[in-house]
Amino acid sequence: MIEYLNILFAEVYKILFLLIPVLVSVAMIVWLDRRVWAFVQKRRGPNVVGPFGLFQSLADALKYIFKEIIIPASANKIIFILAPIITMTLALISWAVIPFDEDFVLADINVGILYLFAVSSLGVYGIIMGGWASNSKYPFLGAIRSAAQMVSYEVSIGVIIINVLLCVGSLNLTDIVLAQEKLWFVIPLFPMFVIFFISALAETNRPPFDLPEAEAELVAGYQTEYSGMMYAMFWLGEYANILLMCSLGSILFLGGWLSPIDLYPFSLVPSPLWLIFKILLLFILFSLVKAIVPRYRYDQLMKLGWKIFLPLSLIWVVLTASYLFYFNLLPTN
Amino acid sequence: MIIHSIFFYIFSIIAVFSAIMVTVSRNTVHSVFFLILDFISISCLFIMIGAEFIGMIMLIVYVGAVAVLFLFVVMMFNVSQQNNEQLREKKNFNHIPIGLLISTVIFFELIIVAGGWKYKPELLKSFSSIGIDSSTTNTHEIGNVLYTDYIHVFQLSGMILLVAMIGAIVLTFRKREGIKRQSYFKQISRERNEAVELVDVEKNKGVNVDV
Repeated sequence: MIEYLNILFAEVYKILFLLIPVLVSVAMIVWLDRRVWAFVQKRRGPNVVGPFGLFQSLADALKYIFKEIIIPASANKIIFILAPIITMTLALISWAVIPFDEDFVLADINVGILYLFAVSSLGVYGIIMGGWASNSKYPFLGAIRSAAQMVSYEVSIGVIIINVLLCVGSLNLTDIVLAQEKLWFVIPLFPMFVIFFISALAETNRPPFDLPEAEAELVAGYQTEYSGMMYAMFWLGEYANILLMCSLGSILFLGGWLSPIDLYPFSLVPSPLWLIFKILLLFILFSLVKAIVPRYRYDQLMKLGWKIFLPLSLIWVVLTASYLFYFNLLPTN
Repeated sequence: MIIHSIFFYIFSIIAVFSAIMVTVSRNTVHSVFFLILDFISISCLFIMIGAEFIGMIMLIVYVGAVAVLFLFVVMMFNVSQQNNEQLREKKNFNHIPIGLLISTVIFFELIIVAGGWKYKPELLKSFSSIGIDSSTTNTHEIGNVLYTDYIHVFQLSGMILLVAMIGAIVLTFRKREGIKRQSYFKQISRERNEAVELVDVEKNKGVNVDV
């Protein structure tokens, strides 16, 4: 029994070592997002609390904690409370399979990419539950919009993942990174990277696809009735999801923890730092898009997902498979 | 192994409990949520017996796509109130005999299947004659079998799904009149001289703008 407890404690230790940095970086990333957004618009952004305003998110978190949680009288209480918890939990459990280095991963499972895909497809439930349980018009409309949007863009993300898997021949995330030692997949699969990036924007409800919370039409979408810490949990879950999508993008296309060139000055940098650097790069792209692109109309969004991205990525699957088959490059193991 | 069985019992208790709650709970949306919980715990059971691929596919397909559509339909029609009133007023037990009949049939089928494995271990061997190699992963094994021995069945099921999809689209598609659809190509290819026109407006007559 003590043996089991030891294993359990070791695992809990590892999980804490992963989760606390993730949560802190989520807080930092919120600050970074606001700063980038402000710089594009020639404002200063949050710069008062701490050096460069670094502790702004901390101050915000304190504010949220001390605010009252209001549960609407006609809301479905259990589901209303469950929704932010589910969003947050799902955003955090997916970090278990992200490899930061070879053998530097919490759970190196065979079907890592499927796990990530499954968890991100579960993420829609937090939003639907929140929107439905609020028992109010705007949240419900927002929830329905976001569910339709996330389900549609998941399809194209799945097909893009198939593209990468064809080149790798394994569903394990570590194998996917190791297969890119010679050439990052962003080069041969560049159109897929672009589509993946745009689909990731839609999947995480980021501008220009933030229709579920379009403040001009729906107040705040599914978050309208939420307040205090519950709202903050939705928020944290959303940003953790964005970080996750960035890390998925850097693992699938940008070579994960691998350095761009395996030469002297680059190989000095520890590999997890490369992954973090790539995640940050993608995230800054995310926030730049937020700052410079106007919001899509809903029918345009659906058209883009189903009529452009899905056929394009399917055609690319056929192309990749034919190329690999013709030149006998299909991975065999 | 103790931990393994503890987790097995946790997941199976959740699965059975939520399966019961799907039928018992009065609110339809709640029953869909219990259905989702059931799917999740069953996929956990799949992962525990080592079938991680099927477990994950179950999560992606059933929970990620099918249950979302269920939820959509249930929320849209908002059946919960109507059904509840009917149930409370009538106390109708007509559905019990047929339900009992179906459930006994399913129960005996399950007993036959499980009992076959329990009392005739060689029955299990005949299924696993494919020869499972433990050095490769589940996904490779499934792919090796599915795309070689069963490729025709696989493609046939794909065709059936395609036909069902086309059928669903044909049945629900209706062309509505008087809708202004946006065509990017038309918008971009518009020239100045066909978009702008200078008109001398006569007094008290106006211009017909519709084209």
